[in-house]
Amino acid sequence: MVNGMQIQVNGERRNCRSGSTVGDLLRELDIRTERVAVELNLEIVDRKEFELRGLKEGDRVEILSFIGGGTPATIA
Amino acid sequence: MYDDRLVIAGREFKSRLWVGTGKYKDFVETKKAIEVSGADVVTVAVRRVNITDRSKENLLDYIDPKKYTILPNTAGCYTVEDAVRYSRLARAAGVSDLVKLEVLGDEKTLFPDTAGLIEAAKILIKEGFIVLPYTNDDPIVAKKLVDIGCPAVMPLAAPIGSGLGIRNPYNLKIIMEQVKVPIIVDAGVGTASDAALAMEYGADAVLMNTAIAGAQDPIAMAEAMKYAVHAGRLAYKAGRIPRKLYATASSPIEGML
Repeated sequence: MVNGMQIQVNGERRNCRSGSTVGDLLRELDIRTERVAVELNLEIVDRKEFELRGLKEGDRVEILSFIGGGTPATIA
Repeated sequence: MYDDRLVIAGREFKSRLWVGTGKYKDFVETKKAIEVSGADVVTVAVRRVNITDRSKENLLDYIDPKKYTILPNTAGCYTVEDAVRYSRLARAAGVSDLVKLEVLGDEKTLFPDTAGLIEAAKILIKEGFIVLPYTNDDPIVAKKLVDIGCPAVMPLAAPIGSGLGIRNPYNLKIIMEQVKVPIIVDAGVGTASDAALAMEYGADAVLMNTAIAGAQDPIAMAEAMKYAVHAGRLAYKAGRIPRKLYATASSPIEGML
């Protein structure tokens, strides 16, 4: 893929444009940035830095949000 | 009814019934049950966003965080590392430092790993979290949790989702007597009388999920729980009569033929 790179998002491989930021990825996935947490290579990315944090080949991104709970379910 | 407020870490809560948001049929039922229960604290879990199917709705589209205190939990975490990681993610995703800390010890019982719980709580408190720990009905552990800075403790009544009711009322009573922070009985409630009993013993609040969501009519059970918690609280404050082995007549003998 020209000008592309491969990253992992929530455990799944995914191609994205070189130079993409966390903010770009969230927009591409159609995810509202409010009330999501983003972990990049096990480090939490501050919401204010979504547009600044660039992604690179092989990065592992986790995007999490709140779901119904009160009783445990097994972590994916 | 609401001049009797629950205060934890400077936050005021008007409801002494707290509810979980799992196991409901859909978000409409979740929302309705919570409304009927009168709860103003709702627990939520933190999980991966479904990135392949974005049509899925978000729980917080139904549960307005301006109206309710959203209490993220670390449900499903079996290690200190995971519980700390999920707490940090919850704070990053949310709006507050509150976390209901669970470090589970065993998949079959879902009993808390209390050693791990204390360790995780220490780390999170140092990072500024307001840690509400889900713990066993163990008075010593409860005291340790308070000593390290937990502003409330949440001992179980029985295993999560078991509906067994209060298995060890005497331990719970000891915790309520010895621990000077609010006690929220969390997990194991099966029906309204269990919740009333917890409140009569002196619990400051009760947290439940399955007892409502798993009932045949969750909305009706949510209402039952609201009254049970309220009745139990009133009875506790009113002060019950002592138990006696023999009868004491209520009607006077005087004036009888």
